[in-house]
Amino acid sequence: MSTTKDESSLLFDQPGPRGLRKIRIANWLAGLVFILVIVLILLRLHNPPDGENQLSWELWKPALETEAWTDFYLPGLWMTIKASILAVLGSMIYGFIFGMGRLLPSKIVRTISGVIVEFCRAVPVLMLMIFFWRWFAFSGMSEASYWAVVLSLILYNGSVVAELIRSGVGNLPGGQREASLALGLTQTQALMQIEVPQAIYAMLPAAVTQLIVVLKDTALGSIIMYTDLLQESRRLGSMYFNILQTLVVAAVIYFIVCALLSKLARILPEHMQKRTAATATPVDVEPVAPLAIMDASNVNQIAVAQEVDGNRYGGAPLQHHVHHRGSNASIRQWRHTRYIQGYDETHPESQEEVHNREIPNLWKRKSSETDDDAIDQQNHSTEKS
Amino acid sequence: MNDVLQLFSQYDIPGAFLVNIELTLWSALFSMILGIVLVVMRISPVSSLRTVSAAYVALFQNLPLTIIMVFMVLGAFAQLKLSFSNQFDVNFFWLAVVGLTLYTAAFVCESLRSGINTVPLGQAEAARALGLSFSESAFQIILPQAFRGSVAPLGNTFIALLKNSTVAAAASVATESSSLMSEMIEYHANSIVAIFFIFAMGYVILILPIGALTTFLSNKLAVRR
Amino acid sequence: MSVHTRCVVKGTQGIQTWWRALIAALCAVACVFSLAACGSDKEAGKIRIGIKFDQPGLGFKKAGTYVGFDVDVAKYIAGKLGYSEDKIIWKEAPSKQREAMLQNGDVDMILATYSITDERKKAVSFAGPYFVAGQDLMVRKGETAIHGPQDLNGKRLCSVTGSTSAVTVKAKFASQVQLMEQPGYAECATALFSGIVDAVTTDDIILAGLASASRGRLTVVGKPFTQEYYGIGIKKGDTAFAQQINTALSEMIANGSWQRALAYNTRGAHFKPDLKYNPPVIQKVDEQ
Repeated sequence: MSTTKDESSLLFDQPGPRGLRKIRIANWLAGLVFILVIVLILLRLHNPPDGENQLSWELWKPALETEAWTDFYLPGLWMTIKASILAVLGSMIYGFIFGMGRLLPSKIVRTISGVIVEFCRAVPVLMLMIFFWRWFAFSGMSEASYWAVVLSLILYNGSVVAELIRSGVGNLPGGQREASLALGLTQTQALMQIEVPQAIYAMLPAAVTQLIVVLKDTALGSIIMYTDLLQESRRLGSMYFNILQTLVVAAVIYFIVCALLSKLARILPEHMQKRTAATATPVDVEPVAPLAIMDASNVNQIAVAQEVDGNRYGGAPLQHHVHHRGSNASIRQWRHTRYIQGYDETHPESQEEVHNREIPNLWKRKSSETDDDAIDQQNHSTEKS
Repeated sequence: MNDVLQLFSQYDIPGAFLVNIELTLWSALFSMILGIVLVVMRISPVSSLRTVSAAYVALFQNLPLTIIMVFMVLGAFAQLKLSFSNQFDVNFFWLAVVGLTLYTAAFVCESLRSGINTVPLGQAEAARALGLSFSESAFQIILPQAFRGSVAPLGNTFIALLKNSTVAAAASVATESSSLMSEMIEYHANSIVAIFFIFAMGYVILILPIGALTTFLSNKLAVRR
Repeated sequence: MSVHTRCVVKGTQGIQTWWRALIAALCAVACVFSLAACGSDKEAGKIRIGIKFDQPGLGFKKAGTYVGFDVDVAKYIAGKLGYSEDKIIWKEAPSKQREAMLQNGDVDMILATYSITDERKKAVSFAGPYFVAGQDLMVRKGETAIHGPQDLNGKRLCSVTGSTSAVTVKAKFASQVQLMEQPGYAECATALFSGIVDAVTTDDIILAGLASASRGRLTVVGKPFTQEYYGIGIKKGDTAFAQQINTALSEMIANGSWQRALAYNTRGAHFKPDLKYNPPVIQKVDEQ
C-alpha cells in the first residue's frame, strides 16, 4: 500500500535555496537523459541497420484500422477476459474450499488441503498449462487449450486465494470467534457463518489484484495456442509482417486493462471495510504476501500461534509479544495483526502502535494529503475506536 | 516404472532445470541491482527520477511477462540489434535474462519500498540530525534496514522469478524445463502424467527450501527493536 | 476505548449477502460455461470444416471471411457435396488438436496442412491428397548464397517450435546451421525481414503463402527436398465420404479450378509446386 506516499519526505531536510537549485538542475539533467534514450530508440526503429522502417505508417495502419479491431483485438480481448473471469470465479470457489479445508478442526482434511495448495503454488503455471493442454487434447476434449488455460489458472490462483482466506480469518479479531462460540455456535459453524464471510469481504480487494495476475497469465495461453489477445495480435501481424506493431497495440491494451483493475483494487477496500471487522487491506498490484507454510510473510502469525501455545499452562499473561521483541520482519499490515490478535487488556498501553503513527509531512504541505494517507488514518481510527 | 527411468536416461532433465536455475540466478542478481537503483530513484529528491521510476514500475507490473519476452526477441534483438553473442543459444539465453530482469526489477522495487515502510521514522530523523546527506542516509541507514525488513516479499518475488523462468520458452530458449517437458510429452504421450509429475516435483523440491530459507532469513536478519 | 469494544459479531448480518454473492458467482460461472459449450453443437444442413486461421495463403481469417488454398479447395468440395458457401461453418484446427476434433465429431473434415502419415491413419482416415508439398527454404529477395539446404552451414535458420523440419535440415544437410525457434511462421518471416536469420524452412506452399503476403520482398528457393502428402482428414473409416471427396477433388483438378486456386493464393511469389508430384494423383480409397 501507500504507493503514492512520499517516502522521500523522511530522508532529507527541506532543501534551502542552494539545495533547490541543485535539485532543479539534477531534475532537468535526468529528464533530458531519459528523453534522449527514448529518442535514440525511436531513431533506431526509424532507421534500422537492415530491415524496414518500423515507424512507417504502412506498417502501423493495418495494426490500427477498424478491421484489425473487429477481427482480431476485440475477439482476442474477449477470449482473454472470458478465460480470466471464469478462472477468477473458479479460483474463488477452489480457494474457498481449500481455504476452509486448512481451517477445519479435522487434521486429515487440513493436511490434505495443505499439501494440495502448496503443490499448486509451487508448480509454474506454464507447466500446468502445457500438461493439461496435451492431456485434454490427448483424451479428445474439444477446446482443449481453453480449458487448459482456465484450469491451470484456477489451480494456481485458487491456491493463492485459499491462503488469503486463511490469513483473512487469522486477521479477524479474536472476539468474533469468541462471541459466536458464546452464542452457542459450534466451532465449524462459527468458522462458516461468522469468520469466513468476513474474511471473504476482507480479501475481495486482494481478489481483484488476483484478477490482474490472472489476466496477465492468460497471455501464457498463447504459448499453448489459445487464441487470446496476444495470439490474435500475432495472427494479425502475420498478414502484413508487422508483428512488432500489433504486439505494441496488444501491450497497450493489456496495460490499460490491468491499470484500470489495479485502480479498482485501490478503491474497493473503502467500500469493503464496512462489511468486515478485519482490515480490508489495499494491496499492491501484485500481492507481495500470499501466505503459505513456507512463506516468510507468515512469520508473525506463526510467532503469535507459538506464543499462544507456549502459554497453555496459564500464569500471568505476557505483557509484550515475544515476536514484538524478536523481529520486525514483516510488511506493515502484518504488524497490525500481531497487536490486535494478542491484545492484552491488562496493559492497554502496550497497544501503542509504535510504527503506525502519522508521518509528519516535511516535504509536502498538509493539504496535499494523498488518498492513501486517508485510508491509513481510517484504518488507524477503526482499530483505535 | 521402467519407462520413467528410461526417460531420465534419454533426456537431460537435471540439465533443463539447471538452465532454469541459471536464468533465475542471473536475473535475480541483475533485477536486484536494477530494483535498488529504481527504489533509490523513487525516494530521491529529484522529481523526474521519481516519475521515471514510478512509470517503469507501473509499466512492467501491468504487462504480461510473455509479451515482454516476445518483445525481447522481435523488438530488442530483431530491430534494436541487441545481441550478446553470435551463438543463437547463448544469445537467446541472455535475452531471456534481460526480459526477466526488466520484469522482476519492478517487483523488487516494490518489495524494497514495503521494506522501507518498516524502518521507523526516527532512524531517518536521527540520520538527518547527524547531518548525513540524502545518499548517506539512504545507503547507510535506511536501505540496509529496509533490505532486512523486506526479505519476505523479496523471497516471494524470487520464488515467482524461478517459476517465471519457464516463460523463457517464449524467447526461444529451447533447453529449459517447460520446453523439454513439451518435447517429452510429444514423444511419450502415454506417460504424460508421470512426465508432468517429474517436472512438478522438481519445482516443489527447488521452491520449498527457498521458502524455508526466506522464513529463516527474515527472522534472522530482522532488526531487533 | 480499545479494540474489544467493537467486537460486534458482524457475520450474522453479512451472511445473507454472502450467500447471495456466492450464488451470483455460481450463476456467472454457469453463464460462461454455457457460452463455452454452445460452440460444439451440430447444426442441420451445414458442414463443419477445420482449417488453419493463421496461415497466409492456406487458411487465414481476414475481414470476417477465410482465404487461402485450403479454403478454396474446401469450398469446392463442399459445393460438390451440396453445401453452398453460407452452409459452411469454419472451425480452427490447431495442429495438435486435429485428431481429437475429428474423433469427437467437432468437424466433418479437416484441410489444415494435414500430412498423411501412417501414425495418423491409426486415428483418422484421409481423402486426397489434394497437394504434395515439400520442405523448402524461404530467403530474402536478392539472396544469392543459399540455393538449397546444403548451403546453410554457418547460416541462421528459423522454424516453428515443435516442428521437425529444422532438425531435418541440421541432421541431413548442414550440421553447422544455427536454429531459432519461434511460435509461428510470421515471427520467422519478421526475423528474416530484419536480418537476424538467413532462411526460414517448412513446407513450400506455406512459404509461398508467406512470400505472397510479403509484397515481393521474400522468395521461395524452389527446390523442395522432401514430400508431404496433404490429405483431407475425415472420421476414421468413413470410406463413402472419402470417395465423394475424391470424386470432387479429381473434378477440381481436371477442370483447372485447382490450378487457378493455387495460382491465385500464391500470386506474387512466383511459386511452382513440385511438378513431379503435382497435381497429385488421387489415391484409391483403401478399405481400412
